[in-house]
Amino acid sequence: MGKIIELKKVNKWFDKFQVLKDIDLEVASQEKIVICGPSGSGKSTLIRCINRLEEHQEGNIIVDGTELAENTKNIEKIRAEVGMVFQQFNLFPHLSILDNCTLAPIWVKKLPKKEAEEVAMRNLTRVQIDDQALKFPGQLSGGQQQRAAIARALCMEPKIMLFDEPTSALDPEMIKEVLDVMVDLAKGGMTMIVVTHEMGFAKEVADYMIFMDEGKIVERAKTKEFFENPKSERTKLFLSQIL
Amino acid sequence: MNLIAKPSKENIKTYLPIGVVLVTLSFLDVFVNAFFDYNLLGFLPNQISYFSPLILGFIGFYLIRIEFSGVRSLDILNKNINSNNFNAFLTLLTVFIIIKSIPPLLNWFVLDANFLGNSKDDCTGDGACWVFIKVWFNRFMYGLYPDAEQWRINTAFLILFVIVGISFFVSSRLKKYFILFLVFIYPFLGIELISGGSFGLKYVETAAWGGLSLTFIISAFAILFCFPIGVFLALGRRSSLPAIRYVSIGFIELWRGVPLITVLFMSAVMFPMFLPDGTFIDKLIRVLIAITLFEAAYMAEVVRGGLQALPKGQYEAARSLGMGYWKMNLLIILPQALKLVIPGIANTLLALVKDTPLIFVVGLMELAGMIGLAKTNPKWLGMAMEGYVFAGLVFWVICYAMSRYSQNLEKKLSTER
Repeated sequence: MGKIIELKKVNKWFDKFQVLKDIDLEVASQEKIVICGPSGSGKSTLIRCINRLEEHQEGNIIVDGTELAENTKNIEKIRAEVGMVFQQFNLFPHLSILDNCTLAPIWVKKLPKKEAEEVAMRNLTRVQIDDQALKFPGQLSGGQQQRAAIARALCMEPKIMLFDEPTSALDPEMIKEVLDVMVDLAKGGMTMIVVTHEMGFAKEVADYMIFMDEGKIVERAKTKEFFENPKSERTKLFLSQIL
Repeated sequence: MNLIAKPSKENIKTYLPIGVVLVTLSFLDVFVNAFFDYNLLGFLPNQISYFSPLILGFIGFYLIRIEFSGVRSLDILNKNINSNNFNAFLTLLTVFIIIKSIPPLLNWFVLDANFLGNSKDDCTGDGACWVFIKVWFNRFMYGLYPDAEQWRINTAFLILFVIVGISFFVSSRLKKYFILFLVFIYPFLGIELISGGSFGLKYVETAAWGGLSLTFIISAFAILFCFPIGVFLALGRRSSLPAIRYVSIGFIELWRGVPLITVLFMSAVMFPMFLPDGTFIDKLIRVLIAITLFEAAYMAEVVRGGLQALPKGQYEAARSLGMGYWKMNLLIILPQALKLVIPGIANTLLALVKDTPLIFVVGLMELAGMIGLAKTNPKWLGMAMEGYVFAGLVFWVICYAMSRYSQNLEKKLSTER
């Protein structure tokens, strides 16, 4: 399997504070990677760099053969190929769920409206909220909103999906419905990078686990090995606290 | 201490009738006094008689302030206008002032006013001389526009009303074209019709335009142009490109910091001095540009308020879907930001309409300006009151209509539940 994401010696600072330190990461197509770590460890910043919602200052990020640099057109092309799901859903509240899903395909991918709606309904069915298509985001529960946000990202038919703590803003009983959708997506062969504290989910779908602390990748291991036999002391401490 | 028991459900049978009688008596006293100039309680010493309605009403309201009385209407009344002594006092005062002010207003506006006749001599009553408005009505509407050509203004506005009227009833797909026509084609068509000079229409110079029609023309054009310019300035002020940002900030702060009257004066008097010889820009157009840019600066700040109120996540979500700057702003950010600031936009536009009378400084006369002209006519001296009351009413109707429209728009666009 070919590399679809490649990070080489990525460094990033917020003012003087270094959030990412010499990050090296390779992700093969169809791989699922879960990133965990304490808050402030830079895990969100790392995946936000992959579609350049944050800019890195040193190193190279290559996504699907295209280097992320100043060139705006390149960035927009990458973003259209990389779906992102946010902690706060970030649905567009002035548009219905269906319009949320068709807007980018129509305006960015130039899909005809009818076709875009078919794609949208297919994805909404996949996340099981096709019956809510004509409602507005404010009328949906948190879990439904997050599933709608996943459907919206899928409508661009991305090659990679990034999840930034997708269940952290949800009530406990709604977490499962979102995780189910993500498991289904993983089994469908999507390349996924997930920042999450849901270790049950990680054990079920992740190929690799990455543990970050203080802007560095402390440990990267196969999932089974990561949980059963973590190498670094920091990882052991973290796992003992959350498991 | 309990000489008089506190009003409660037990003694409601005695207190309620007494209270109602007292409150009624106090209102009746003021009413009779205001309308028939007769003092019901005149037999009392002077000072007491003056305050008697207030005292009676106050005691009455105290007696009927019964908690959980079981009478629904009484509970509602107590909760809303009689919840404590201070509120009862305010209620009484408000009602008295309203009752007291009706007769003089009624007299001036209608009963003692004159409606018939053709000259100032026909105004014999003490009230308003509406003859003044009647005789000058044509001028107030059309300014100095030639009488024979006034049908052109009428036609222009009639076409506008008909198009707007139809556009309310057509399907949303056709509506788009109606709006495009109204915004991009109609204004120039209307101006062509009113100014003339082609299609066999006699040319009417803009100095002759005036009255309410000019108020509408200036307001409409200024609103039409200041809105998009304001939006661009607001986006510019938040741009990441320093050149654009500083130009926007400079523009906004410059225009916001100068009084409109100065801007108008400069546009009419000083601006032509900088033009090369032989070039000439019509005074009305210069004034329009000045008002537009002035209000655009205000509009920009209102819109910026909306832009800043949007969570960062909306920008990130739009960008993560591959949208560029313009698509993000036009499809995601502006629709939400503008909806948020509809009250502020309405505010700015109302102020714009009410600022139009200031164009008198450059010799253009819209409604208020024409009234100012008419009241100095030797045959009609002393008619300022009637004129400005009329202008006030007309402006109020226009502004209230705009305000209602903005409220409807707010409701219609609301997607919160």
